[in-house]
Formats: sequence, C-alpha cells, structure tokens
Amino acid sequence: MSTAKSERHTAAPESLAAPRGSGPQGEVGKTHGPQIELAGIERIFRLGDSVVRALSGIDLAIDAGEYLSVMGPSGSGKSTLLNVLGLLDSPSAGHYRLEGRDVTTLSANEQARVRSQRIGFVFQSFHLVPRLTAAENIALPMMLAGIAPGERAPRVEKALADFGLTDRARHRPDELSGGQRQRVAIARATVMRPAMLLADEPTGNLDRATGEEVMRLLEDLHDGGVTLIMVTHDQALGDRAHRKIYMEDGAIRRDSGRGAGQGD
Amino acid sequence: MRIRDVFAAAAGAAAGNPLRTVLLTLAMAIGVAAVVVLTALGDGARRYVIREFTALGSNLVIVLPGRTATGGVNPGSAVTTTPRDLTIEDARAVTRLQAVLRVAPVAVGTSEISVGGRLRDTLVLGSTAEFLEVRRFTLAQGRFLPVEDWDRGSPVMVVGAKLRTDLFGAEPALGQFVRIGDRRFRVVGVLAASGSGLGMNTDELAIVPVALAQAMFNSNTLFRILIEARNRALLDAAKSQAIEVLKQRHGGEEDVTVITQDAVLATFDRLLGTLTLGVAGIAAISLAVAGILVMNVMLVSVMQRRAEIGLMKALGGSSGTIRRLFLVEAALLSLAGALGGYAIGHAGAWVIRFLYPTLPAYPPDWAVLAALGTALVTGVLFGVMPARRAAALDPVLALARR
Repeated sequence: MSTAKSERHTAAPESLAAPRGSGPQGEVGKTHGPQIELAGIERIFRLGDSVVRALSGIDLAIDAGEYLSVMGPSGSGKSTLLNVLGLLDSPSAGHYRLEGRDVTTLSANEQARVRSQRIGFVFQSFHLVPRLTAAENIALPMMLAGIAPGERAPRVEKALADFGLTDRARHRPDELSGGQRQRVAIARATVMRPAMLLADEPTGNLDRATGEEVMRLLEDLHDGGVTLIMVTHDQALGDRAHRKIYMEDGAIRRDSGRGAGQGD
Repeated sequence: MRIRDVFAAAAGAAAGNPLRTVLLTLAMAIGVAAVVVLTALGDGARRYVIREFTALGSNLVIVLPGRTATGGVNPGSAVTTTPRDLTIEDARAVTRLQAVLRVAPVAVGTSEISVGGRLRDTLVLGSTAEFLEVRRFTLAQGRFLPVEDWDRGSPVMVVGAKLRTDLFGAEPALGQFVRIGDRRFRVVGVLAASGSGLGMNTDELAIVPVALAQAMFNSNTLFRILIEARNRALLDAAKSQAIEVLKQRHGGEEDVTVITQDAVLATFDRLLGTLTLGVAGIAAISLAVAGILVMNVMLVSVMQRRAEIGLMKALGGSSGTIRRLFLVEAALLSLAGALGGYAIGHAGAWVIRFLYPTLPAYPPDWAVLAALGTALVTGVLFGVMPARRAAALDPVLALARR
C-alpha cells in the first residue's frame, strides 16, 4: 500500500515543479536575493486595555526552495508569523518583501491575487468545504482565480491522480478519512502551482501513520522546488526540516540559519 | 471569478442548506403571491364593474335631473333638489333629436305589491316599450310593455325573474293579475335573469308603463331619461343635443346632468384602479418584510459560513468575489421566491375564479411585473449588507474558529 502511494507521490512534485522553472519569479528569486524578506515586523493586538505583542522585531530571510519549520510554545506567535507570511494578516509595522516586491503596501485585491498565484495553505483542520466533493474542493482556487472550466477539469484530474484520490473524486469530505482529507487539502493548496506552501500543524489532527504519509507528501513537494514553511508543536516533525526556527514571546530565539541542514 | 462560476457556486451554497433556502423562498413567495392575488381581486372587481356597464349598451346617454359640478358622477347619488324636474315632455323632446335612436323615460318608486295573499315591497320602475331595447334586456317569457302613447299606459306589467318566483312560485305568471298600490296590473312578460346591474337588481324589478307609475307615485317627474345614440360616433352629438334641447325647455338654464357611459366607466375605472393600487401597496409591505428576512437569514448564513469565507480568502478570493457570491445567492433566493410566488399567486387567482365565476380575477400584468421586480430588488438590496459583512470578514479570525 505504502509503496504504491509513494510512487504516486513522487510523480507529483515533478509535474508541479515543471511549469515553475519557466515562471518569472524563478529568476527573480535567484537574481535578487531571498524569496521572502521580513524586516522589523511587528504585530500588535489590542484586547481591551492590554496590548499583546504577537510579533516583535522579526527579521527573517527565506530563500526559494527552503524547507523551514517554526516551533515554539503556544502563544509564541508562530501562527501569526505564518498568517503574515500568507498575507492573511498585515503587520502593524515593518516590511515584507515577497520575491523582491513589498507586499505590505499592496491593496487587499492585489494581496488576494498574490495569495491566489504564489501561496498555498495547508491547515490543521483541513478546512474543506463540506458541501463540495473532493474534486470541487481542489478546483476551488482555480475557480476563484477565474480559470476556465475547460482548463480546470484536466488539472483537477491530474491533481487527483497525483495524490491518489482518483477514486475519491466524487466523495464529500465527510466520506473521506483524515488522511484523504488532508491530501485533498494539499492537492487544493498546490493546484495553482504556488511558490510557497504554508502548513499550520498539518498533521495535528492525524494519527502517527497518516501524519507520516502527509509529511512525506509535503516533503516530496519541497523536493520538487516549493518553499515549505511549517508550523508545528512536534519536535520530531520540526527536526525533519532543513532549517529550524524557534520562537518565544513573538520573537525568533533560535534560527539554524539559511540553507542549514540542506546537506543531509 | 467567472460569472457562470459565481452563479454555480451561489446556487450550490443555497442548495447546501435546503431548509434555510426553502423557508426564505417561501417568505418571498408569500409576498409575491399576496400581491398577485390581491391585485387579481382588485382588478377582477374593476373588470366586473366595467363588464356590467358595458352590458348597459355602449351607446347609452343618461340624463339626470340637477346639475352636479363634480366630474365623477355616480348615477345613484344625484337625487338632489333641482330647480326644474325632468318630465315626460322633456323625454319626448329628446326623441326628435337627430343623433338619437331611442329614448326611454324612467320613473322609480317603491310600492307594496300583492298577489293572492302574498305581499311584499318592491321597486317599481315606470318606463316605455323602448326601455327593453335601450337597456338591452332580454325576456324569458311573454312580451314587454306595448308600444303606445307615453301619457296613457295600459295596466300591464313585466316582472323580474326573482320577483316572478317570489310572487307566483311554480305557477305560470303570464296573464295573472297583480295589485300594486291600489291598481291592478296584468303580467305580460318576465325578464330573463341577469343578476344585478347599476345598483338596482333587475331580477326583483316590476316594470309598468311610465304614466301609470307617475300616477301611482303622484308625481310627474322622471328619475332618468335613457337615450340611445344612433351609433357610437354620434354619442357626443347626442349628449350635446340633449343638453341643448333641455336647456331650451328649462328656460335657458342648464339644470340637468348628462353623462355618457364612458364617463361613468372612466370614473369607476379610476376608482377601482386606485383601489387595486392601494391593495397592491399593502401587499408590497409583505415583500419588504420578506426582504428584511432575506437580510437576517443571509447575515446568519455569513456567521455560519465564516470558516468557508476565510478559506476562500486564503485561497485567493478577493473581497469583491465574496461580496458577489453572497449577493448572487440572495438574488437567486429572491428569484426563486418570486417565481414560486408567481405560481402560487396564479393558483390563488384561479381558485378565486373557480369559487366566484362572475369575478374575472386575473392579476394585471403591471402588478405581476412590479411584484417580481420588487422581490428581486428588495432581495438584492437587503443582500448587500450581509454580502459586505462577509467580504469584510477577517480571514485569520474566520479560520481560527472551529
């Protein structure tokens, strides 16, 4: 069972990576420094009288194709960091340059476009739309991006095949196992061929074996060239990343460094 | 997002919660159905009255004693004190006019009528042989009043269908003698049943020669002079000629009111048209209520689907796209409600027509269009707020739940 799946999984990254090589951002990332550049990022929440500094003074540079884990205790700001990286949340201060472009100053619609084209999200609780089938959930980002149905169908077909979900295409989320649901979610996150994948506790709701399966899938995608940034509690999972960041009280306490661990 | 996809996704979202969709559609449908049914009733009443008037004969000119300055005249309301009464001589003068085909003088009074031991009050109408033609009545039995000198009537009478049954039951009526007041009349004809017309129920009428009626009521005035013009084109000519001749006869004073059926019809048309409009307005309130319901339900729906909205934002959906999705959903629900209400309304109108066959209860086109339009507009208008709220939702908070 696992061999058949891993064969299919290895097929996925190639197909996803293929068109990216010719994309404009490939060159941008290589010629103009890091893919992601955070400078002096602050995120302050006000809860009544008290002020919560979720992120303070974050400086971080991430190269295209890195595999990075963010760890730290609850409330350390790692999820907020992921939301800022995914343009779901705007920093209170500081600058975020994505592929050489300052995205903090973009309008909401332009940010939505960047999310659509460059960023894929994988959530702990999958966040599949319950009334849509697996195939429809995977097609959702393409539909939102205004891609023609004629073009969507073969891409969904291919994504289903790549993630071993072809026979589950017409099933709704409540008819799928946890692992299958997260595979649908990952297929959905990658169907727009994003440059980076942001995963927030991707295995948090899965048992060990299924979690391992999902992790391999994400790492295969990384091998295909996607930048993979993963927030996790799990030390073992965090250690698999090539670069490890440890956060506490909204600040980065430890960073194993750019490109670190790429050799193993 | 493509327009087709927006519609498909919105329809999918609506279908995803069938109970909500059905209830909302029902609320909108009831509003539209109310407009359709109530305007069908109002307009049915209008058509009914117009039909009754048309049955009077379309070339009819009616002369009333007295001058009413107001434009809209109800023929029954003009029994006023007049400087000079209408007389049989006036009516005779009108017959000589060029544009006039027939004239029927009408005198009216209530009297006791008895046959055998039976006694009742009835409306007695004095007229002449021409009355039958002018009013386009038909006889069920016998003949109408004989053609004779207007000043000398024979003691004969024609009875309405209901009066005939009341007086004689199953016995034959023709040739029977009836006492009205202190005079005896022989029944020579029975009118065909026609239902009510113009405020007086012709089925309960006793018609006698005008001279005898005047003698009976001890007066020489006329209630009306009914004039039939030679044709429709001469209607106005007949009207002005009648005014002219009556003015001459009344010492140069224009102390009569002459109305054509068109004028009466226009008044009723306006009156009942306004009524229909008012009723439609009242019914439209239910549409506004339905609109508010749409807003409420959509607001609840936005709250329930926070995670989905946050997800769509995370997947690259712009605020505009999400706003459009919710607006289209509200519009689709309203459209479904409007069409459902249209069907229910027509079914309701059909039931009314089935129960009251005399009432042509068809909803007017303008009301149907207005109802459908209002439903859609309120649905979309009240959908704007929830849609904006959905679009403004913070994706982080929306996704954090659950």
